[in-house]
Formats: sequence, C-alpha cells, structure tokens
Amino acid sequence: MTPAASTSLGAWGVALALGAGAIRISTPFLFVSLGECITEKGGRVNLGLEGTLVMGAMSAYGVSYLSGSAWLGALVAGLIGAALGLLHGWLCSLRRVNDVAIGIALILFGTGLAFFLGKPFIKPSAPLLPAIDFGFWSSSREVRSALQINALFLIGVALAPAVAFFFDRTRWGLVLRTVGESADAARAMGYRVDFVRSIATMCGGFLAGVGGSFLSLFYPGSWNERLSSGQGLMAVALVIFARWSPLRCLVASLLFGAASALGPALQSVGVMWGYHLFNAAPYALTLAIMIGTSSATRALDGQPAELSAAR
Amino acid sequence: MSRDAVETIVIRLGALALSLFLFGAFVAAAGASPLDVFYQMYRGSFGSAFSFQNTLLRAAPLMLTALCTAIPARLGLVIIGGEGALVVGGLAAAVTGLAAHGAPPLLATTAMAAVGFLVGGAWTGLAGALRAYRGVNETISSLLLNYVAIALLNHFVEGPLRDPASLNKPSTRPIAPEEMLSHIPGLDVHYGLVFGLVACAVAHVLMVRSVFGFGSSIVGGNLRAGQLCGLPVRRMIVIAAVLGGGAAGLAGMAEVAAVHGCANASLIAGYGYTGILVSFMARHEPLAIVPVALLFGGIDASNGLLQRVDNLPDATVGVLQGILFVVILASETLYGRFDWLPRGQPAVRAALDAGVETVKPAATEVSS
Repeated sequence: MTPAASTSLGAWGVALALGAGAIRISTPFLFVSLGECITEKGGRVNLGLEGTLVMGAMSAYGVSYLSGSAWLGALVAGLIGAALGLLHGWLCSLRRVNDVAIGIALILFGTGLAFFLGKPFIKPSAPLLPAIDFGFWSSSREVRSALQINALFLIGVALAPAVAFFFDRTRWGLVLRTVGESADAARAMGYRVDFVRSIATMCGGFLAGVGGSFLSLFYPGSWNERLSSGQGLMAVALVIFARWSPLRCLVASLLFGAASALGPALQSVGVMWGYHLFNAAPYALTLAIMIGTSSATRALDGQPAELSAAR
Repeated sequence: MSRDAVETIVIRLGALALSLFLFGAFVAAAGASPLDVFYQMYRGSFGSAFSFQNTLLRAAPLMLTALCTAIPARLGLVIIGGEGALVVGGLAAAVTGLAAHGAPPLLATTAMAAVGFLVGGAWTGLAGALRAYRGVNETISSLLLNYVAIALLNHFVEGPLRDPASLNKPSTRPIAPEEMLSHIPGLDVHYGLVFGLVACAVAHVLMVRSVFGFGSSIVGGNLRAGQLCGLPVRRMIVIAAVLGGGAAGLAGMAEVAAVHGCANASLIAGYGYTGILVSFMARHEPLAIVPVALLFGGIDASNGLLQRVDNLPDATVGVLQGILFVVILASETLYGRFDWLPRGQPAVRAALDAGVETVKPAATEVSS
C-alpha cells in the first residue's frame, strides 16, 4: 500500500495493516510451530527448523522457477524439509548426541547450503503461489489488498485442528504422546522410541519446509539471503508459549504476524523514528512471552515430560 | 597425555577428515576440483606469511566468542548469544571511545575494553539470569537477543549516533587514531589476538583449576547435586553467562578499536555463530579453543581465494562449517566405544562406563 493512501486512513490504517500482517506474515510461523509441536510432543526439540525454513524457501523458489509450477515448489520444499528432519531424527537416535546442539548445527548447515545452492535464483523471477481474493466486496484498496489471502494460510488454519485431532483422538497420536511423556513406558509397551521420534521430527521438517516456501513464493515473494530473520526460531519459542497445543499455536502465530507487521505499518503512516526498533518487536515479544510463561520451579502445563530443553 | 585426550583428538581429527571428504564431494558435485579447492584453502589460510596473519586476525575474535559458549557450557547451559554480545559490546566501546576523546589514550582504550566487556557481559548475563531465576530457556533467549542487538546497532548507527559523513555505510563517528588498539610488534596483527589468548588461558585456570570451576562442573554434571552441596547455583549461572558474554563483548571492542575504527554493520560478521562451532569442536575446553579457533580462522580467511580462483559462491565456507558442525556433534557418539584399547584403571573405567550407560541419560533428561 502506498504511504499517501494509508495516511488518509490514519490510525485505522495501522490497525488494518496489523490485521493484514497477522494473516500475511503468520503463515510461516503457523507451519513451523505446528511442525515443531509434533516434534516436541515426541519429546525432542528441533531448533534446526530455522535452517529448514531457509532451505525450504530456496528450494521452493528454485523448483518453481525451473518447473513453472509454484505448488510443485511448495511440495519439494516440504520433502527437503522432511529429509532434514529425518537427518536430525537419525543423528539424535545415536547415543550421547544432544538434540539441541544438533539443531544449532542444522541451522548453520541449512542456511549455508541454501545460500550456496540459491545463488543462481536471486535474480530470476519465479511463478508465485496464487492468492484468493476475499476482498471483492470492498471499495477500499487497503481492505482489498489486506484480504488477498493465500491458500497456504487456509491450509495452515485447517491443519491446526487436524493436528489437535491427531494428538487427542487417534492411536498414532496416543503413541506419539506416550513416547513424549515417558520413553520407558513406551518402550515397555513395545514401541520403538527413537523411530517414533524420528518420524515426528520428519513430519515437523515437512511442515517447516512448506512454511519456507510461503516466504519465497508469496510474501515477501522472492528469494534472497535476508529472507528469513529468525522466524523459524521464534516459532520454536512460540510452541512453548502455546503450551504444546496446536490451536493455541494458531492464535500465537496470528499474534506474531501482527507484531512483525508493526514496523512496516508505522512506517507506512509516516512514523520514521525507530524503524529498526519496531522491527525488533517480534523478538522482544517472544522474550517477554517466554519470561511471562516460564517458571523456575515447576514444569509447564502441557509440557511433554521427556522434553529436556523446553523449560 | 592422558588416554582421554588421545581419544578426543583422534575422534576430532577423524570427524575433520570425514567433513573434508564430504565437503570435497560437495564441491565436486558443484563442478569444482576438490583438490584445487583444498589447495586454495591451504594457500589462503596458512600458505604464506600474509595469509597466516589474515588467519590470526580472524582467529582472535573467534577465541573470544567461543568462550561465550564454552564458559556457560561448563554449567550445562547452551548459550549461543555471542553474536549479540559482540555487537552491543562493540557499539558500547565505540560510544565510550567517542565520549573519552581527549582523555589519555591508554586510559580511553582501557575504558573502551572495560565497557565492551561489561555491556557484552550484561547482554548474555540477561539470558543467564532469566534462566536461573525465571526458568527461561537460555538457548532460545540468547539467540533472540542476537536479533535485538542487531536491531539496536542498526537503530543507533542509522539514527542518533550516525556520522553525517558516512554516506554509503552508516557508521558512528570514527574514534581518535591514538585510541585505537595498536599492532603486536613485528606482526600485522592487532592486540585483540593477545586478548583472545589471555582470555582462553584465564578461562582455563578459572574453569579447570579454581573452586568456581570445580563447582561449575558439579552443577553441569548434575544440577540437583550442586544444589544439595549448597552451591549458589543461580548466582554461578549468572556469573558464567556474564563472563562468557564479556569475552564476546571484548571481541566487539577489538573489532571496533583495531579493525573498523567505528561501529557499523561490519560488526555483524558471523564471528558469534562460528564461535559456537569452535566451542563445540573444542568440547568447551578453553585451551583447546586456541587451535580450533586458528583452524576456523583459516577456513574463514581462505574464503576470498575460493571465490576468486575456484569461482565458488561466498556461502561455500558456510556449507563447510555446517558439515563440520553436524559431523563433529555426531562423532560424540564414538566416545567410549574404543574399549579394545588399553586403559589406565580398568575397574574404575568399567564402573564409570556402566554409570554412563544407566544413570547418565536419565539424569540429563531431568536436569539439563
């Protein structure tokens, strides 16, 4: 939206931009946090989803450019994410290997690999994911642009209750939660703990990869090396805030999307001071939420008992 | 040399060799000649006096940022906020240098170092305190603080502290030349390298030879045991985080006072992230950090030559670092698997190994 047009809307312009941001920016948060939620329910933490996100963004853009199909790009991004998740799951199944440390390593590995392989795709423009126009009823240009909603967002919104149903109402969901609550109990029942956790990490990687494809194929909608700035990591923190509930992940993602839109929204109405500081709002919000929801003395509600790192 | 040290070195060198092999296969797939790439890496890092000085220049901040992860790691914390501590430390040092203009140069430089240390220490100290008193996960909070630090730096160098003369690259005003850190006599390397070496030595004495270090090992091994011994666990966590962040802040001060002459976006060079890798490869041993930092400084220094001669993208070094990090962490699983080698005290070792198998996993899942 142009600065002049939104200035005419004044404070409403900011509110509208925040609402639009909640829908537009939240999708990667939503996919990554749902993926991390699945992984953590099994009792492991995958910090490497930040690397998966960048790798997904790069591969989606590259495949979309080479094949001409944006949806194929999103699918390939998911598969590459699943491969990275499987790598994490397999390495953590080795004795004495720490899941948090492997996650940090995979952040470096994923971003390094994406920057290396993504060099040829910085210039060319690839076909992007289409948006569905929900704003046809409005005459206001701002409202119309705010309601250009991507199908991936709708898929993500539908996915949240689906994942909740999977956790609470299916046999596999119960197995996953058992593994996350007590590895010994799961082992005694004859389940292969490392196998279940690796599959959960793989599914989480798939979702994070698809979330990355949203970055490069819809918003911002191009591939470059500054595309992700910690969204994957914030999504991991967001899972703690959401207390491992997929539906609360959805709410938290919308909140984070709105916080991320704060800097650009204020800039669009002419507030130039502190642009960088407002852009740091989501990080500060994440920290504040973590401080508010953590406790030094007791485990959090809903926290899988096998989880070592999410206190 | 003890048997454990030999085991560590053998496993680490094996992991290094495997990483280089995988990296060689990767660049071969990308269309470059692996042998030529390795030769250029050698030439760009250790092959000449010039390139070796370049390696030393890059190893100096790595020694300090590695300590940011290594010192808290002794207490079982995973703090990865070195990048943020370096950035705020460098920014604060630049501000101090400008404010102290006119004071005796040695005093001004000392003040810059002290402020850089304190501000960097406060930065990760915050992550440590949140962990100790609020139970906030220190890995995620320290990483988030990196982004906040970068936003602060951008805000100040593009806003209130901007030198109007810096057009293309927003920077603070340059600090006075006499306040800059000088070069080590006979070398084209600044005193930041001495900071790094001394800091690693001090950290070794502190963490391996002092009461504080002994207590830290207890807390790192089993938090509950530390509490039962009456150790001030929370205070120790904060102190370790402050010391680590202080080291990284000192690295930022040296970058400002010896390399850039002002604070600007050049501070965000990734030393903090590479430092994490250095610390893990050195198994968080302060003395082992020195050679590992030289190795990674060398890899970093060879980047330019790889781009020019082999026509590889600048992310090549990032790929190598990523491969190294993953392989090195995975190689942790090999420790204690060479039972056929002769051992010092068989009975004790067997008991310890049994302990590792049965007690340790449960203990770490609860306390770490």
